[in-house]
Amino acid sequence: MSISSGRGYISYMYQLEVADLSKSFGPRRIFEKVSFSLNTGQGLAITGPNGSGKSTMIHILTGLGRASSGVVRYTHDSNMLSFEEYRNRMSVVTPYHEFYDAMTALENLDFYTRLAGLEVTGQEMMESLRTFGLGERGRDRVAAYSSGMKQRLKYALALLRRPEILLLDEPTAYLDQSGKKGIFDFLDSVKSRALIIIATNEKEEAGFADHVCQLGG
Amino acid sequence: MPTMSVNWAGRILTVFKKEMLSEFRTRYAFNAVIMFSLVTLTVVSFSLGMNRPGPEVMAALFWVVLFFAAASGLAQVFVKEEEARTAGYLRLYAPATAVLVGKIIFNLFLLVCMAVLLVPLFVILLDTVPQNFILFLSGLFLGLIGLSGSTTIIAAIVSRASVKGALFAVLSFPVLLPLLVAAIEITLVSLVGGNFAAAWPPLQLLLAYDVVMITLSIMLFDFIWHM
Repeated sequence: MSISSGRGYISYMYQLEVADLSKSFGPRRIFEKVSFSLNTGQGLAITGPNGSGKSTMIHILTGLGRASSGVVRYTHDSNMLSFEEYRNRMSVVTPYHEFYDAMTALENLDFYTRLAGLEVTGQEMMESLRTFGLGERGRDRVAAYSSGMKQRLKYALALLRRPEILLLDEPTAYLDQSGKKGIFDFLDSVKSRALIIIATNEKEEAGFADHVCQLGG
Repeated sequence: MPTMSVNWAGRILTVFKKEMLSEFRTRYAFNAVIMFSLVTLTVVSFSLGMNRPGPEVMAALFWVVLFFAAASGLAQVFVKEEEARTAGYLRLYAPATAVLVGKIIFNLFLLVCMAVLLVPLFVILLDTVPQNFILFLSGLFLGLIGLSGSTTIIAAIVSRASVKGALFAVLSFPVLLPLLVAAIEITLVSLVGGNFAAAWPPLQLLLAYDVVMITLSIMLFDFIWHM
């Protein structure tokens, strides 16, 4: 099954299935036997106090982190996707992933889109930067960016990757009101054709989710 | 999802170009490698004075300088990605093999630049001229390929360790020993004017080392990169 989007491409139905997921660091248990299932067009907010494992959960869902036990499975039409397959459909915005400081914003976007094999023009990159209020700063090195601008740049990359699976950890961290509005507009625009998971304790951010997974409570 | 249009060669080139651009702007590894080579050769030249040791010592000295210069700069190739927290997006958005091969080619480029500077200095400062220059260059190039391949994969392993410290030196010693022995042997033959036939066994060993090391690196890297 596929969903036609208004942005000139087709997105497909994906499903994320998490079953009995547990994570421990040594003797310390972070979370235990977490299960949920999510489809394209649905959103999940992962909430919980500091140290409850929200970021760890996102890290595991990206495929880069390992769970102590349990299953994480991305499927398309009941066919399980490999790491290569689902990461090409995924965009991740977290506070612990950074861009290259010595390169400009445009160079960073060009680098990551080329690596992903995406055909993206310079004009599209500029458009993406403009969407998040960085249109005038595309040729500046990332080293000269503030934390909020770096956060906006992560969304500019996410937009260019046309995500079908969107994993966000503290999605509006470092952002001012206009930045937050830009992010919420972006989430509104992709919500119907993406599977969105947000790790947050902010009510406004959690409002984009249809379901809530409470950790540590 | 848009079509995947960039082939493997394109992705490797993208990583290589990124490394070049970052290095050109930060000169992180280049300065370390060049300064180490210059300082070591100058110190050795002054300390030896007019007493020139035999070709055995000169050949070993040449490769010791190359090895430590490479270790001083190239060992950081993955550690700097971890420290700057750029490794996360690289793991997520880039195929592991493209990252490895792009970095190996970049390290080889850096080593070749270093050798272009080091060889004339070696000849001038230590008054040592290879009698068979083509053999010397053949051994040097094969050695640099092996050196870039092995230092890159060892650097990847070190970057994933919680205690990095002297791990690079400990890991690289057994891995690089066959390469250094063969490369020193070829350099020695070239210094005394021997022909290719005289250096054939170490040349074969070096060639085999390069093929095995780069193949193994490509096979193992995905596991190391994502562990």
